[in-house]
Amino acid sequence: MEVNKLQTQDERDNELLEKNIILTSFDTVLKWARSNSLWPLSSGLACCAIEMMSAAAARFDLSRFGYEVFRASPRQADLLIVAGTLTWAMAGPLKRLYEQMPEPKYVIAMGSCANSGGPFADSYSVVPGVDKILPVDVYIPGCPPRPEALIHGMLELKRKINNPEAARKKV
Amino acid sequence: MVKTETYTLNMGPQHPSTHGVLQVVLELDGELVIQAVPHMGYLHRGIEKLAESRTYAQFIPYTDRLDYVSSMGNNWGYCQTVEKLMGITVPERAEYLRIIMTELNRIASHLIFMGSLAIDLGASTGMMFGFRSRERILDLFDMACGARQTYSYIRFGGVSADIPPEFIPELERFLADFPAMLAEYHELLTGNEILYHRLKGTGVISGQRALEIGLTGPALRASGVAYDIRKVEPYGIYDHFDFSVPLGQVGDCWDRYIVRMEEMKQSASIARQALDQMPEGQVMAKIPKVIKPPVGDVYHSIENPRGELGFYIVSDGSTKPYRLHVRRPSFINLQVLNETCQGLLIGDVVAVLATLDSLMGEVDC
Amino acid sequence: MSNLDINRVLAELQAQYGEEVKLLGEGAQAALIAPTTYIVEILGLLKTKESYQFNMLRNLTAVDYLEYMEFVYHLYSLPLRQAITVKTRCGMEDAEVPSVTALWPSANFQEREIYDLLGVKFIGHPDLRRILMPEEFTEHPLRKTYKAHNTGEKTW
Repeated sequence: MEVNKLQTQDERDNELLEKNIILTSFDTVLKWARSNSLWPLSSGLACCAIEMMSAAAARFDLSRFGYEVFRASPRQADLLIVAGTLTWAMAGPLKRLYEQMPEPKYVIAMGSCANSGGPFADSYSVVPGVDKILPVDVYIPGCPPRPEALIHGMLELKRKINNPEAARKKV
Repeated sequence: MVKTETYTLNMGPQHPSTHGVLQVVLELDGELVIQAVPHMGYLHRGIEKLAESRTYAQFIPYTDRLDYVSSMGNNWGYCQTVEKLMGITVPERAEYLRIIMTELNRIASHLIFMGSLAIDLGASTGMMFGFRSRERILDLFDMACGARQTYSYIRFGGVSADIPPEFIPELERFLADFPAMLAEYHELLTGNEILYHRLKGTGVISGQRALEIGLTGPALRASGVAYDIRKVEPYGIYDHFDFSVPLGQVGDCWDRYIVRMEEMKQSASIARQALDQMPEGQVMAKIPKVIKPPVGDVYHSIENPRGELGFYIVSDGSTKPYRLHVRRPSFINLQVLNETCQGLLIGDVVAVLATLDSLMGEVDC
Repeated sequence: MSNLDINRVLAELQAQYGEEVKLLGEGAQAALIAPTTYIVEILGLLKTKESYQFNMLRNLTAVDYLEYMEFVYHLYSLPLRQAITVKTRCGMEDAEVPSVTALWPSANFQEREIYDLLGVKFIGHPDLRRILMPEEFTEHPLRKTYKAHNTGEKTW
């Protein structure tokens, strides 16, 4: 038996690739599909919503990443970007919106008001951070964060979806 | 035998066309609106209460976040009120800079109005065009103060910093390109038959009713009432400039749209004149390190893109205001929604909301 | 700019309503103050009389001064280009003031806001209910006795 003639995994893969066959796992394909085509829910609350709209507009163009399809209905969306200050009055409707979204769903807290209450953290009617009522995947700091920061946040979410172990805390 | 009933439809706080978190409870007879009652408070952040525990200077960033697409105007209104209370005069270069920034902000705000109106009525590329032009203005603001949206550039006694050298050539380039941009939007939107038929004759508010109900800003001027604080009670150095105030005739959605498009042209003209006349000099007056206005109260209002923005400050001689009230134009303008929408179709409610141009950060304060 | 001689207005009102109508402050802070029993009549006079014609209510607000509640009306006359400030006061217990929505419908939302945040009832208001806080909320946040704080949970 000639040891040199044994093929490596890479070479075997390349051979298959030339015949347009990719061997992978179901999970990887689904994660790749989901992360490259997140459909955000248009749920802008306050000032950060304008920067979210600017990110979707012509100059910063979320569309080149696959994320431009902002849905009006939560039934068709899989990403909730909480952009702006959350008040206790709005917390009920927002929670209901989140519950109406089908799994798998993700939440981005955009701006310092959504992260922790921001400049209004000591007000009587403001929720100090959206993570008081929803599980948040990515926090984007800023007041308001630039559209580039929102894009960076969404790309971090893409990295997290593709590789959930990278986001787990090292114990 | 056959009984008809009205039914209630909720145009809830999360809706693509309500310009923020506004809930409009519609009572409908088929598709005709019987009542359209607005419910506010989903963005009530308690800013007036927070003002009582912040110093005067610490409150300037909060004014940015009231009407968050015309932050320069909010800063200016607040700073002028405190300057009126304390008797501070602002150096001339700073006055010109304030005017340039606020008029550019007026153009930016009206571009958002135009973009939102287009996308609400179905023409989604309208938003792309509006935001594209607005990016040029935001570049200018970024150069001047480092922020794209909430500036806090206008401070007590002047502006926070002088403009960098690359600002003026960029502003000249923008002012040179702007008429062509505006002509393109007129061709695309004003010349569009569908937009015309949807807006013309919809949501008529008579001049008399508009004045009674407290409407201010372009919505009032579209109904034919010539109330523009820049002309009627000039503040800053507005009396140095030559500009006209567009008025509508009928007070329908079409007039409210055209008035704002014309105002953009006038704002560009004011910015051009200010740029030509601006002198050299200081941009900040000598003001005390700790702002402690004398005991008393004062009200001052300015013409914001949405209407008359007023600040009423009661000072007790300490570093924090005793009471600060913001007279918010979007809040008072929303009173007219119910009576205007009666008898219209649901799609027209969207058009009326878009042309009243209320911003929820300001409505709820 | 405002060319109104407030002393002339004061003299005319005092001739009709007596010494209870006073002048507070001076210059930009000058304001007429009248008791709540006459305030609607006086405001009506300022709105309708030829020499005044204050057809716009620019701003209506209230301030909590611990012993009393003060209401401030900022009026503007568009035909004559004049501005005036009128005030009135009421006690803190069962705070009640007549509404001016019959004179200026623009006071509607503003009075509801004062009712909501400061707990003052306006007699004659067509639809007095909360506007910014939900109906279930029981406090009046802008009162000085309400301490600004964030409990971290819903308080109603």
